[in-house]
Amino acid sequence: MTAPWAAGDDPQVYSVARSADVVQIRQVIRALAQQCRLSLVDQTKMITAASELARNTLTYGGGGTVSAGVVSDASKRGVAAVFEDSGPGIADVDQAMTDGWTSGGGLGLGLSGARRLVDDFRLHTVPGEGTTVTIIKWAR
Amino acid sequence: MAKQDNAVDLVGLLAAEKQDLAASWVREVQESLGRRVGAAELDRELRELYEALVEALRQGAQDVHAEQMSEVRALLTELSRNRARQGFSPSETAISVFALKTVLEPALRDGSADTVRAYLQLGRILDGLGLFTIETYTQTRDELITAQAEQLLELSTPVVRLWDGVIAVPLVGTLDSARTQVVMEKLLQALVDTGSEQAIIDITGVPAVDTQVAQHLLKTIVAARLMGAECTVSGISPQIAQTIVALGIEFDGIVTKASLADALKLALRRSGVDMVAHAGVQR
Repeated sequence: MTAPWAAGDDPQVYSVARSADVVQIRQVIRALAQQCRLSLVDQTKMITAASELARNTLTYGGGGTVSAGVVSDASKRGVAAVFEDSGPGIADVDQAMTDGWTSGGGLGLGLSGARRLVDDFRLHTVPGEGTTVTIIKWAR
Repeated sequence: MAKQDNAVDLVGLLAAEKQDLAASWVREVQESLGRRVGAAELDRELRELYEALVEALRQGAQDVHAEQMSEVRALLTELSRNRARQGFSPSETAISVFALKTVLEPALRDGSADTVRAYLQLGRILDGLGLFTIETYTQTRDELITAQAEQLLELSTPVVRLWDGVIAVPLVGTLDSARTQVVMEKLLQALVDTGSEQAIIDITGVPAVDTQVAQHLLKTIVAARLMGAECTVSGISPQIAQTIVALGIEFDGIVTKASLADALKLALRRSGVDMVAHAGVQR
């Protein structure tokens, strides 16, 4: 899978090891979203999606890293975040993406909900090796 | 016997000009700390420390962790705790120990090789004591920070009585598990204490509602319901409403309002209170 970063747009890497780190990720994404002039609704959606995925990284992946930065296309700019962990991976991706299904104690909406909150959503997982989720929200 | 001789050397170095040394030590520290510590207090602190140190060395203490040093450690702990609470920096705290090295330097000028050896050995011991001071200082700071975080947890979740039988919790900031637990306990306790049947949870100050926050909210509402109270969630901004819809969270059976004012109106209506606007009153 290719990283979404273009040359010159190097992302910052943050570690996710404690629940306080999830708060930090939210603040980082908020700052980037404001920098890209995302609308208030899109900001909130991106922050919420990042919050869900960062918490998944922590809870199910046993911690990992988040790379976040600004990405640009021919005509538009956006905020991207890549969530990586080397946890157990997801055995059945279709099941994991189903609304209401959870292997933990949550509502079962984090992963599927996050996909609906962003413009680009890519999930790459290998059971036993880890999971990588990439999300992008473009400025309109 | 070598050990004993060493101890004698060290004590000799310190005790030779006892009053003089202790006094210059106090002066040295006083200069670096300015007037922020009372002269009498500093004098007492350092003289006690000095006595304890000489005594410990006389008993043959070799380093900070020696048993004979327990009195010195206790005094140093008290000193660094006080400094940390009064807002001194780590260097300003450690200087109290290191200043003694500076004060001893003149003794080297016309001292024998034995004096130099004793000075070096004492220097090592003082370095250890300095590090011990900084460790205690950091520990005290950590304790202060933890205590403040706990206080913040308590402070940030006030339950306010809006009317007879109507209470509200304005939530501000991030809702994590620890905070939600506090909110839930306070809300449920306030329902009992005030005999209220209407509770309003206002989330105007919560920047983002993700599935974890929503789940915490839902649990709180169900718990309140089990106690016979009705809950309303207010302060849902347009962007949070759209996010909740996109996430797919269902707030089935839970009454939500855009503003606290709307939620209060509803709660009053439910408890049978009529609000009447009088004609002729200038608005």
